Amino acid sequence: MVNHCSLFMSPRPLRLRKISNPPIISGFKPYGNRKSEGEPGTVFLQIEEYEALRLCDYNMFNHHQASETMDISRPTLTRIYARARQKIAEALVLGKQIIIEGGKIYFDSEWFSCSSCGCYFNNPEKQEEIKECPLCKSNNFSNYEQTYIEPEESMTRCSDICICPNCGFEQPHRFGCPCKEEICPKCRHNMVRKGTPHSRNF
Amino acid sequence: MKVAITSTGNSVQSNLDQRFGRCGFFIIYDTETKGMEFIPNPNKDAQEGAGPASVQLVASRNVQKIISGEFGIKIKSLLDSLKIQMIVFKEPEKTIQEIINMLNS
Ligand SMILES: [Zn+2]
Ligand SMILES: [Zn+2]
Ligand SMILES: [Zn+2]
Repeated sequence: MVNHCSLFMSPRPLRLRKISNPPIISGFKPYGNRKSEGEPGTVFLQIEEYEALRLCDYNMFNHHQASETMDISRPTLTRIYARARQKIAEALVLGKQIIIEGGKIYFDSEWFSCSSCGCYFNNPEKQEEIKECPLCKSNNFSNYEQTYIEPEESMTRCSDICICPNCGFEQPHRFGCPCKEEICPKCRHNMVRKGTPHSRNF
Repeated sequence: MKVAITSTGNSVQSNLDQRFGRCGFFIIYDTETKGMEFIPNPNKDAQEGAGPASVQLVASRNVQKIISGEFGIKIKSLLDSLKIQMIVFKEPEKTIQEIINMLNS
């Protein structure tokens, strides 16, 4: 889950949203597409959208309880929740896969992920420094929350442009984030780098 | 140091149970003596409160770490206040023996 983006943190303070648990999976894949015409595409569910869905629809919290749990205002929660449901519906209806990622979040206690064994663990003794993975003893672990700082606020920009091959929408390319993983905000198509063969229509 | 591992069954060949509160068995492993205790989870089919009751059960064995696939929101804050470390391991295929081997490595 570690992406390059996390290495370029801006000094701008981030509004973090509280997440109680990392999701146990990184996404869903559809199967049995009866209309298989190439790639059905991907829906990117932000981790805060996942959390809103988990609290409201799985834990059956009302929006007030859910917003308190996530430490955000109720209108914000409602907006995130609506977005989550819209994306899930889109994935179901169009047969898209779902990838859970991104978002501005933190966990109650400090969390770490180990890239050797793949486990996640917290640090219940905040005054003590974690020196190794408690499971496999590797020191190949990193702070889990940092990998979830939203790229938009953690990126330095370069002069390249990402373009949507479907509708032509352009935005500044974000350093460290592959264009094809960017989603067009207008039509939700995956973007490409402007000036490359894939973008020649525009 | 004692570690609780959630298990689907009562042997070291059983798999890591991905649920904490409603796991089949708790295995309490002592990393110093290599001793093991298998505790059938009495809260497995509880209507409600399985999570907190299970926290109480493992806390009574003085464990310092718990290895499981998932911890719910209430459980997390409970374990946080008890200063018990949570290790989330999303590997339902792993056996208890394999996890013990990792702890001993
Ligand atoms: Zn590890
Ligand atoms: Zn577009
Ligand atoms: Zn780009």
